[in-house]
Amino acid sequence: MKELQYPFDSEYIIKKKKSIKRTLLADGSSRLKKKIAVFGGSTTNAIVDHLELFLLDQGIEPEFYQSEYAQYWQDAMFPSEELLEFKPDIVWIHTTNRNISAYPTTSDSREDVDRMLEREYEKYTGMWQKISETYHCPIIQNNFEMPFYRLMGNKDCSDYKGRSNYVTRLNDKFYEYSQNNEGFYINDINFISASYGLKAWSDPSYWNMYKYAMCFEAIPEFAFNLSNIIKSVFGKNKKALALDLDNTLWGGVVGDDGVDGIQIGQETGVSQSYYEFQSYVKSLKSLGVILTVCSKNDHENAIAGLEHPEGALKPDDFIIIKANWENKDRNIIETAAELNIMSDAIVFADDNPAEREIVRQQVGGCAVPDMDGVENYITTLDRNGYFEVTNFSADDLKRNEMYKANAQRAAQQAYFGDYNEYLRSLEMTAIIDDFIPVYLQRITQLTNKSNQFNVTTKRYTATEMEEVFESGDYIRLYGKLIDKFGDNGVVSVVIGHKNGDVLDMDLWIMSCRVLKRDMEFAMLDRLIERCREQGIKTVKGYYYPTAKNKMVKDLYGRFGFDKISEDEEGNSVWQLDVDSYENKCHVIDVKGNESVS
Amino acid sequence: MDSKVIYSRLNKVFRDVFDDDSITVNPRTTADDIEDWDSLEHITLISAVEREFKMKFKMGEISGMKNVGEMASIIAQRAKK
Repeated sequence: MKELQYPFDSEYIIKKKKSIKRTLLADGSSRLKKKIAVFGGSTTNAIVDHLELFLLDQGIEPEFYQSEYAQYWQDAMFPSEELLEFKPDIVWIHTTNRNISAYPTTSDSREDVDRMLEREYEKYTGMWQKISETYHCPIIQNNFEMPFYRLMGNKDCSDYKGRSNYVTRLNDKFYEYSQNNEGFYINDINFISASYGLKAWSDPSYWNMYKYAMCFEAIPEFAFNLSNIIKSVFGKNKKALALDLDNTLWGGVVGDDGVDGIQIGQETGVSQSYYEFQSYVKSLKSLGVILTVCSKNDHENAIAGLEHPEGALKPDDFIIIKANWENKDRNIIETAAELNIMSDAIVFADDNPAEREIVRQQVGGCAVPDMDGVENYITTLDRNGYFEVTNFSADDLKRNEMYKANAQRAAQQAYFGDYNEYLRSLEMTAIIDDFIPVYLQRITQLTNKSNQFNVTTKRYTATEMEEVFESGDYIRLYGKLIDKFGDNGVVSVVIGHKNGDVLDMDLWIMSCRVLKRDMEFAMLDRLIERCREQGIKTVKGYYYPTAKNKMVKDLYGRFGFDKISEDEEGNSVWQLDVDSYENKCHVIDVKGNESVS
Repeated sequence: MDSKVIYSRLNKVFRDVFDDDSITVNPRTTADDIEDWDSLEHITLISAVEREFKMKFKMGEISGMKNVGEMASIIAQRAKK
């Protein structure tokens, strides 16, 4: 929703929050359901209301548990029955500098302050460990904003007795913990409060009257920032950035002004602003964001502009370059199809409001920020948190290489008459085996991200996946695919639970980046092999239709299963006899966990 | 500022905040008359009224207002436009 994208009008959101919520809930989109436990050190009600809006907008339908006023520590350390039953998917600890139990005084020695710091820190580590052990779920912890007054003036930040100094040191300890503990994320309120304006943020009347730790009008920005961490943890980040060229990546129109006439580089303030933006975009690429071009231009002019010697970006930085005279909505939809991603995983950046509007209206879910004024471009993209980094998996870093390799594969495909010949030329190796701990996080992530190649759309929390992992009642497989162009990472997960000599398939998912590579057949071959080892005679498959998984409607049919029933909603049940099965994949060399290095 | 104008603008704010187009406020309206008007939503209301009239309530006033009439008379004294 446009009203919830940065830059937004906070006061409008505050006033209209009820009707915004009503509109979001009525839009008919399907959302991930997640349970969020909020352990507050100050009032959280309005924050939670606004957090809900932003999460709904980002495809997550939250259910909340909120501590009674300021009971964060009690809730963390001595969970109530209600809380245990709630089983949060994520816990957020909302503490602020109002919750710091003691500050240094002028009579304290350095050692006193160190001890005080250690005691304060241990209170938090105690909570984090207890929460981890109890719920096995990610934790989001606020850092501390700077105090709004400085007793010693400027020295407050550098003297160990200063409050500002104390808060900074405490924050440092939190960061260190975060570096050493997976699934632990800092909600950077120190940045958000500074960006908002610490004076306005800390207006003490909101604390004294309502026990809010920040001013009321800052709550939407606070909640938006927090929502970005949550949606990122649950796999709702955007994947690709589609960029316009003229007046977006450089000043001027390359087709009219010529390559020498566009503004990019170090010559003027304007050209430097565009250069700075290009550099920012290039850094996004190094985070694993896929870059594409979506521009109304002749292709050769677009390339010429991108080859401008003063530019930071080069044609090679883009996986797909759509420079033509088609409507942009169509180009965006085609870009999504070629990348095998959903169009709601794309951010479209264009200075032209008319182009933005057509994409906004025609391409469902595509994020279209208002790019107004080159000096605002970076902040607009950055603050929207489209590519918020939480789990920085090796896959993310390599994503651009992978998509580039995909583009190369597509190019190579043209040379082969026979598709199997092409597949064999890819020299594919797969590791397909039972789950191992090092991949559990990625496996869980996949179950929450896959929408298209997903027969049951069953989602797993980290805790549920751990239970599956530890139980003897399941046959589990993950699949990792490597070819001569690169390592695709873990791309498929299959889970079935044993029921006597029948295996009921709970889950069959695959990443769309490896479609048409026969990977699903390699998974099936391995599954049947495991079934034979464990005395399974029959495998039963289930297909539950959603708006997005039509591509696997007949998956079990292609696998050679017989359809035994289908109801009017299209839910179907399939069955396969294990004994008569013959292997189906002949183009992938399959190995097991012993090959994981 | 004309009190008729104040009430008509206040009415719009109340309808927005409580998402209920059937609300009509008068000087005697209190929190008891509007279902969702509790202490938590009171702060949302205050924030929206302040924005509408480009003014700020003082701390003591916020908890001291007994009904919409008192709110309107503070607005009449202080509203900028």
